[in-house]
Amino acid sequence: MDILSLFVIVPILTVLVLVFAKNLKQSRIIALIGMAIQFAMSINLIFAYIKERAVNTDIMVFTKDVLWYESFNIHYSVGVDAISVVLIALTATVVFAGIFISWKMDDLPKEFFMSLITLAFGVFGFFISTDLFTLFVFFEVAVIPIYLLIGIWGSGPKELSAMKLTLMLMGASALLLVGILGVYFNSNADGGALTFNILEIAKVNIPLAAQNIFFPLVFIGFAVIGGLFPFHTWSPSGHASAPTAVSMLHAGVLMKLGGYGIFRVALYLLPLGALNWANFFLVLAAFGVIYGAFGAIMQKDLKYVNAYASVSHLSLVIFALLMITKTAWTGAIIQSLSHGFLTALFFALIGMVYGRTHTREIDKLGGLMKVLPFIGAIYVITGLAYLGLPGFSGFVAEMNIFVGAFEDPNLFHRILTIIVVSSIVVTAVYILRMVGKIMMGPLSDAGYKDLPKGTWYEKVGLVLLMIPVVIIGVMPLGISEMIKASIQPFLERLL
Amino acid sequence: MRSEIGLLAIIVLLVVFEVFSNKKQKAAIIPAALILLGINTIIGFLPLASGEIFGGMFKTNALLHLFKTILSAGVLILLLQSADWLKEKVIAENKATEFIILILSSLLGAYYLISAGDFLMFYIGLELTTLPVAALVAYETFKQKSAEAGVKYILSSALASGTAIFGISLLYATTGTLYFDGFSEVLTMSNLAILGFIFFFSGLAFKISLAPFHFWTADVYEGAPINVASYLSVISKGAAVVILMIVLFTVFKPLMPVWIKIIYIIAIATMFIGNLFALRQENMKRFLAYSSIAQAGFILLGLLSVDQLGSATVVYFVAVYIFSNLGAFGVVQAIASVSDKENINDYEGLYRTNPKISMIMMMALFSLAGIPPLAGFFGKFFLYTAAASKGYYVLVFIGVVNATISLYYYLLVVRAMFLRKNEDAIPYFKSKLYMKLGLIMATIGILVAGLYSPFYDYIFSISNSFLN
Repeated sequence: MDILSLFVIVPILTVLVLVFAKNLKQSRIIALIGMAIQFAMSINLIFAYIKERAVNTDIMVFTKDVLWYESFNIHYSVGVDAISVVLIALTATVVFAGIFISWKMDDLPKEFFMSLITLAFGVFGFFISTDLFTLFVFFEVAVIPIYLLIGIWGSGPKELSAMKLTLMLMGASALLLVGILGVYFNSNADGGALTFNILEIAKVNIPLAAQNIFFPLVFIGFAVIGGLFPFHTWSPSGHASAPTAVSMLHAGVLMKLGGYGIFRVALYLLPLGALNWANFFLVLAAFGVIYGAFGAIMQKDLKYVNAYASVSHLSLVIFALLMITKTAWTGAIIQSLSHGFLTALFFALIGMVYGRTHTREIDKLGGLMKVLPFIGAIYVITGLAYLGLPGFSGFVAEMNIFVGAFEDPNLFHRILTIIVVSSIVVTAVYILRMVGKIMMGPLSDAGYKDLPKGTWYEKVGLVLLMIPVVIIGVMPLGISEMIKASIQPFLERLL
Repeated sequence: MRSEIGLLAIIVLLVVFEVFSNKKQKAAIIPAALILLGINTIIGFLPLASGEIFGGMFKTNALLHLFKTILSAGVLILLLQSADWLKEKVIAENKATEFIILILSSLLGAYYLISAGDFLMFYIGLELTTLPVAALVAYETFKQKSAEAGVKYILSSALASGTAIFGISLLYATTGTLYFDGFSEVLTMSNLAILGFIFFFSGLAFKISLAPFHFWTADVYEGAPINVASYLSVISKGAAVVILMIVLFTVFKPLMPVWIKIIYIIAIATMFIGNLFALRQENMKRFLAYSSIAQAGFILLGLLSVDQLGSATVVYFVAVYIFSNLGAFGVVQAIASVSDKENINDYEGLYRTNPKISMIMMMALFSLAGIPPLAGFFGKFFLYTAAASKGYYVLVFIGVVNATISLYYYLLVVRAMFLRKNEDAIPYFKSKLYMKLGLIMATIGILVAGLYSPFYDYIFSISNSFLN
């Protein structure tokens, strides 16, 4: 069994074993073991990848290809490069932490963990696929579990949020499907056979007219899940209504599928279309960064602050990807990683606060650091990391993005970059105000004096997520070199 | 001819049994019929030589043979799902054997319909498919809705068949022949031919519930017993789609510029009408009726690529659709048989009391919506591929938009079952063996038909057997 397919087999096996679980205790232990194995595998993959890279210079390593539908030339084909490897590690960490955070999920626990792990299964499959059809299948597998997860275990207007989210994401994949078919039927432009394989299509010169039509479809298909303005409207209500682990997974991981898809499919397979449409989407991305930041300032509910902040930071990823320089792309990938961990941290923390105080309104909270020292400390650190304090991953990411975006002597790009850089200040405003209000100052409600302190499973979850943030922040060279090496072939297609 | 003779033998045996059995032995009819039909279906998996008989009126080839076996399996699943209802409610009224005889006769008609080699056999098949079902629709004779549905169905079918045969007569007038072979050589794009084609197409479109010939569907499905609605939505529709495909690809080739445009517009209209009306339905049977209208619109997308890919995707999608719809209708039947409840609101909170049945319904609905890894996704995706292969990207776009709209109303049922809590939820019930078997078979079809690629590859490899 090859190392990559294990990443989809382990979740499936975990789900199958979960069918036999009878209560919360059994469900969470099974889920924990399954995802712990997955987490260990993903760390192992990083080292195995580095070792393999030393001897193997193919674009993708650990590849495997199995013919699936002969008549369409559809294969189950997998492979990874540095970008996939780090994103797989992100997913495994966030899911693993999510299991800890959901330790007390007592309403239909078995079904909850099954849906969560099915979601993870789809994401892992997406990151390892190198065949467009299989990629799309894994992309859509997430539809069923996400609706159930938000609709059954969520809070607030959960039914409406779940429906809106599911339909918007399905609509996005509808566009993506048309785009994929367009790419497929143009994959024989150089006289070869029709194929869905990403690496092979990349060698074909798809006609410009087709690229101009299908690039926006594929791009928007991925950008909707990546939170691009104006397709982001599913995100605030969806994240706010979802249960904690689901928000963590969704904002932390699922939204990265968008950036990854743009990088791996839209920009790589349709480079000429990308160059033509880049400026248009750059304006949307830049606007999204500013809009998300200002939107976050206005919010009164902690989860909504985080949701809009995510829109802002993920638009930054798309912004960087469209700048098409090496440094900007490195920054985009690191930002995907960094934001993934940080937003998962935030949602976990908000969940912990809400579980104790039963409110998410900033006005009603205050002085929590006094009664929740551990959670409070992590909250402050996360906030500082999020706004880009050096020493944490957020700074490394944003540094790369802004330097890389400014590298290009194009005046239009530079003006947009300057506008987007100003969002750093806005981010600082909402982060510091939020953190300061709820953590510092006097205790807002005398009843908060007796709030239970952080439990062991909450602490483990938080620490798990914080460690990578610090590692990337303090020792970024290893990761960024790894990513730069893998970006090279993709960048060459566009230059 | 093997499947037809087998089926005819079963029907004759059943008639004989009905005449010569006494009241106590009547209950044995159900397992007997199921076993015989099962044997006939399994024999259908053995290969059959292609050819034609009756001077060219009856044709068979590998694709048709496979499709007949699929239809037979569908009817088998349907009868398994109906067996408990027959045993409990219908045998008392002495009508159980007739039910099975009528359904099998209709299936026989479907066999003749798709094997037609000339317009006369086509018409015989069409009528043999329709008439028994007309009796079946009104089966619960003392319920006003059922009788009303029966009258609606028989009157509309009569009109549709009349229109079809009028079209056939016009086509005969232009070409001088009724045989499919060689018809395309003598057919010219004359006004009379186009007129004849339009009348013929209208009659057939009625059976497939395409817009604007769909008005009978919701009322008839709502009034008929659930199994009969199920039969209409899968078997009757499926057979009509296949013969439409064969006729359009071979006989009406010279008129291709005309019928491509017609199919294009009708596909869009059918998808939108089916979806928009389904949004507001509260009765599960009407809901599934409009859903099946929309699905018929999707099938037309495959017809636009007039080649091997088109025919393979259409046959594959119909097979997948048969499993999905039988799954959904089966669950509706199971729930109605214990509680008499057919409205979406009554399904609220079903997951907490009956998890397995809710899961089956969810899988069937998501398969209809086209969500992987269920078979419906692959069916829809391949249909889009067929349409895109000839450049109809705008139509594919409209198709996927409609798929998204359809997801909304399928989610309404899922929402009721899974998300909502209900004190008066339908209490836990255990289905009997036949229903369990029927539901399991449908579910296996939904799960496996997509992931198991040799099924589609086989269909593709035999799909050029009727194209030249």
